[in-house]
Amino acid sequence: MLADLPSTKGTIFDISGLTKIYRTGEVEVRALNGVDLTLEAGEMAVLLGPSGSGKSTLLNIVGGLDRPTSGSVKFKGEELAGASDRDLTAYRRDHVGFVFQFYNLIPSLTAWENVALITEVASDPMTPSEALSLVGLEARMNHFPAQLSGGEQQRVAIARAIAKRPEVLLCDEPTGALDSATGIIVLEALARVNEETGATTAIITHNAGIRKIAHRVYSFLDGQIASCELNEERIKPSEVSW
Amino acid sequence: MKALSMLDRKLVRDLARLWAQSLAIALVMACGVMTLILALGATRALEDTRAAFYDRTRFGDVFASATRAPESIKTAIAAIDGVSAVQTRIVNAVIIDIKGMAEPATGMVISIPDHGEPAVNRLYLRSGRFPEPGRDNEATIIEAFADAHGFRPGDTFDVLINGRKRHLVITGITLSPEYVYAIGPGDMVPDQKRFGVIHMHRSVLEGAYDMKGAFNDVSLTLSRSADKDEVIAQLDTILKPHGGTGAYDRTDHMSDAFLDSELTQLRAMAQVIPPIFLFIAAFLVNMILSRLIALEREQIGLLKAVGYSNAAIAWHYAKLTLAISVVGVAIGGIAGTRLGHGMASLYGEFYSFPFLVFSQEPDLYVISTLVTFAAALIGAANAIMGAVRLPPAVAMRPPAPTRYRSLFGGSAGGFRLPFSQLTVMALRHLVRWPLRTALTTLGTALPVALLITSLFAFDSVDHMIDTMWFRADRQDATLTFALDRSEDAVRDVARLPGVLAAEPFRAEAATLRNGHRSRNVQIIGSNPRTDISRVLDEEFAPITLPPAGILLSERLATHLGLATGDQVEVELNDGQGRKVMVPLVGVTNSYVGLTANMSREALDRLSGQGSRISGARVIVDDNRILDLYDEVKQTPAIASVALQRISLKRFRAVIEENIGISITIYVSLAVIITFGVIYNSARIQLSERARELASLRVFGFTNREVSSVLLTELGVMVILAQPLGWLIGRSFSVLVAKGFESDLFRIPLIINPPTYAISSLIVLGGALVSALIVRRRIDRLDLIRVLKTRD
Repeated sequence: MLADLPSTKGTIFDISGLTKIYRTGEVEVRALNGVDLTLEAGEMAVLLGPSGSGKSTLLNIVGGLDRPTSGSVKFKGEELAGASDRDLTAYRRDHVGFVFQFYNLIPSLTAWENVALITEVASDPMTPSEALSLVGLEARMNHFPAQLSGGEQQRVAIARAIAKRPEVLLCDEPTGALDSATGIIVLEALARVNEETGATTAIITHNAGIRKIAHRVYSFLDGQIASCELNEERIKPSEVSW
Repeated sequence: MKALSMLDRKLVRDLARLWAQSLAIALVMACGVMTLILALGATRALEDTRAAFYDRTRFGDVFASATRAPESIKTAIAAIDGVSAVQTRIVNAVIIDIKGMAEPATGMVISIPDHGEPAVNRLYLRSGRFPEPGRDNEATIIEAFADAHGFRPGDTFDVLINGRKRHLVITGITLSPEYVYAIGPGDMVPDQKRFGVIHMHRSVLEGAYDMKGAFNDVSLTLSRSADKDEVIAQLDTILKPHGGTGAYDRTDHMSDAFLDSELTQLRAMAQVIPPIFLFIAAFLVNMILSRLIALEREQIGLLKAVGYSNAAIAWHYAKLTLAISVVGVAIGGIAGTRLGHGMASLYGEFYSFPFLVFSQEPDLYVISTLVTFAAALIGAANAIMGAVRLPPAVAMRPPAPTRYRSLFGGSAGGFRLPFSQLTVMALRHLVRWPLRTALTTLGTALPVALLITSLFAFDSVDHMIDTMWFRADRQDATLTFALDRSEDAVRDVARLPGVLAAEPFRAEAATLRNGHRSRNVQIIGSNPRTDISRVLDEEFAPITLPPAGILLSERLATHLGLATGDQVEVELNDGQGRKVMVPLVGVTNSYVGLTANMSREALDRLSGQGSRISGARVIVDDNRILDLYDEVKQTPAIASVALQRISLKRFRAVIEENIGISITIYVSLAVIITFGVIYNSARIQLSERARELASLRVFGFTNREVSSVLLTELGVMVILAQPLGWLIGRSFSVLVAKGFESDLFRIPLIINPPTYAISSLIVLGGALVSALIVRRRIDRLDLIRVLKTRD
C-alpha cells in the first residue's frame, strides 16, 4: 500500500521574487519581500522566524489559500500565482495536506469521520483507519474531538492531512499549542509520515530546537529569507530539546 | 455615567453590525403589532360605531312579524313587563324597476309614522328630508342603494307595491340600523344595486296594502332589567292569533348577526395571530442574543472583572432587545394604523354606518408596545441570565468544546448510514441542539399553518358554491307571490317568457319544538321528486321527499336535540294554534340558515287548508331572460324575485376581491415569518460554524459542498416543518370553521391538496431565498483568519 505511492522526484516548489503586500486602510505591510526558495520532493523543511517575519504568509500562498502581489510560485512547473479560486480549490483538494496550530477538527465528527471527510473526496486515499494507525491513534478513532487531548487532536489532524496521500504537507505551528512531551509525539508522527509517504513537508515553527529534525531550514526575517541551511545530520524528534 | 455611555456605544455598534438580523426580528414583531392594532382597532371601531348608531337610532331589541294585526293590540304589547317602546309598522317585499337596469331589483317598503319620528328603529337622514304629510309619492331610500344608482333627492324610480306600479320621488337618503348590512333575498353578500329599502308614510302604505288600522311588523326596545325571553314569549302569545311568525331578538336579526360574525372573526384574529408573531419574535430574540452573548463571553468576563455589576450587564443586553422591539413597534404601529384605515374604508363598502372611524386611541398603542416588549424580554431572559451567571474568571476562558453524540454515522467498521461526512455534520448539529431545532421547525411550520388557515376559506367557498348553486338550488330565479295561490299558478309561471321549467314550493312560518327547546323557522314544501331545487342528504346526494314527515338541517336537528325517528312538534304560525307531532325522517345538509323541508303534500295536509303554493323556482332560457325581467316588473302577483345566477356572480366577485386582499396580506405575513426564522437560523449557524466551514474550504471543498452542510441542516428543518404546518393549519382551520358557525350560515371545512401545496411552496420559496442570501456569505469566508484563531 505505501509502496504504491507515486514516486515524486525533483523540485516540487520553485518560488522566485515572491512579494506580498497587505493594505489595510492607510497602512501598507510588506509581508513578503522578494523571496526565492525551492522545496525538493520528499524533503522536510522547517521555516523559522519571529512573528510577522512572513513565514505564514509564504505557507498560505504555497498552500493555495492566498495569492502573491508579485512573483512566481511554481508547483511541479505549474504557476499558482495567477490561478483562479476554482483551480486553487482543486489544487488544495488534490495535492495539499494542512496541519494547523489549533487542529481545526470538525467537533461534530469522530476522529475516524474527520479523516473520512477528506478520504471521501480524494481520488486515491488511504482508509481512515490506515491514516490513524500511522499516527498511532487506531484505538481512539471513535472518539469525538472533545474527548481527545490536544496532542491526540493534532495527530488526528495529521492523519486527516496525509490520508489523501498529498504531495505536500504544510504545517503551521503544529506544536504551538502543545506541551513539550506532546509536541514531541506530534513531531514523531510528522517525521514518520514524511518518511513513509514521501510527502514534501514544510513546518512553520517558533521553536528553533525543531530545526535539527529537518533536511533543510529556512530562517525568515522581515519578509525575507535571512539564511538557508542544510542539516548534514538530522536528529530524531525525541532528541529535540524544547 | 461616562462608563455606561461606552456600553451604549457598544450597543449602537452591535446593532449596526447585526442590522440585518435585527431588522428581520423587528419585522416579525411588526407583524404582531400590526395585526394586534388592526384587529383591536377594527373591533373597537365596529363595536363603538355600532353601539353609538344603535343608541342614536333606538334600534330594536325584539322584532316580530304577523300577517295582519289590529293596531289596538299595541297597548297590550306596550304593557308587557320590560318593554320601553313599541313601534308597529307595515313592512312588505317589493319589486323595484330602475331605468336602465334590465333585472328587477327587490326591496323592502317600510312604513314610518306620518308625524314625528318612529319610537324604535329611527332613520338617520344623510341628505334631503323625510316625506311630507299628504304627498303619497314621496319616499326615502337607504344610502347604499342610492349610491349604487347615483340617486339624489329629487330623483324618481318605479316600484311595484301590492301589484300597482308607483312612481316615487326620492326626498331623502337615509341609513337604517336594521340594514347596516343590507342583504337581499337569495343573496350571500350585499348587492347594493339589486336590493333597496324604501321608507314611506304609514297612511300611504295602509292604503296600498289595505291595512287601515292594522300592522304586520313590530319592533320593541326593552328596559335594562327586562327579561328578554319572557317578553318574546308574551309577544308571541299576543301575535299568535294574527299570524305572528315568532318574535326574535338581535342575535337572529340578519344585519346585526352579520356584524357580530365580523366581530367574532376580528376577536379571533386578535387572539390567534399576534401571539404567533410574538412567540416567534421571542424565540428569535433568544437565538440571536444567546449567540451574541456566547461571542462576547470574554468581553463580559472583562466587564465583570473591571467592576461592572451583573445588573449593568443584564440591562445592557435588555436594552439591545428593547431597541429591536422599538423598531418593530414603530413599523408595526405605522403599518397597523394605515391598514386599519384601509380596513375601515373596506367596511364602509359593506356596512352602512353614518361614520366609521378606525380607533387610534393611545391605549391601543401602549398595549401593543408593552406586549411586544414583554415578549422580547421573555425571549431574552434566558440568554441574559446566562451572561449574568458567568463568573468573570470562567468567562475569560474559552468555553468547553461542544460534545456531540454519534447519531447518524455509527462507529468505524460497524454499521454506517449511507451519509457523507458533510451530511453527518449537518445532522449531528441538529440533534445537538434539539430545542432550537424543534423551535426553528415550529417557527417554519407556523407560516405554513397561517397560509392554510387563510387560504382554506376559498376551498370551502368553492365547495359551498358547488353545493348551493349547482347541487341544491339550481334555479336561475325564485319568484315569490304576494299571497299564497292555488296550485294552478305554477302553470302561469311556466308560461312567463323565457321560462323553461318551473317548480312550485310552499313556504310556511312555523315553530318547531322538542320539550323546552324551540325554534322559529320556515318549512319549505316541495314536490317529492323536486329537481330544480333539491334537498341534499349528509352525503350531498339529492333526497326524494317522503310523503310524510319532516327533514331538518343538521344544525337545526342538533339545536332541537332530535335524531332521525324522533317526533317533533310543529305549530304553523297561521294564527290557528294547531300543534301536530311530525316524525323527523331525515337530516339534511345545508350551509345557510336553519332549514326544514317537507313534501308539499305533507305540508298541505299539515296546514289543513288545501293545496297552496307560495312561489316557484324557474329555469330560464338565457336568450330570453330580459323578457322575463320585463314581465316580472309588470306582474302584480309577484312580490319578490331572487335571482340566483346573479347572486352567484356577485358572491364570486366579492370573494375574488377578498382573495386578492387576503392572499396579499397573508402571503406577506408568512414570508416575513419565514424570512425572520430562516435568515436568523442560517446566520447563527454560519456564525457558530464559520471556523468549521472555512476549514472545509481550506481542505479543498468547493463553495457548493461547504454550503451543502448549512443548507442540509436548514433543509431538514424546513421539510419537517411542512407536515407539522399542515397539521397545525388544519387544526386552526377547524377552529375558524367552528368560530364562523351560526344559525345564518356555516363554512364547511374543506382543504384541498393544492392549498397544502401552495402554502408549502410559498414557505419553501421564502426559506430558499433567505438561505441563499446567507449562502453568499460562505463565498466570502476569510480562510486565513479563522485558522489562526482559537474557536
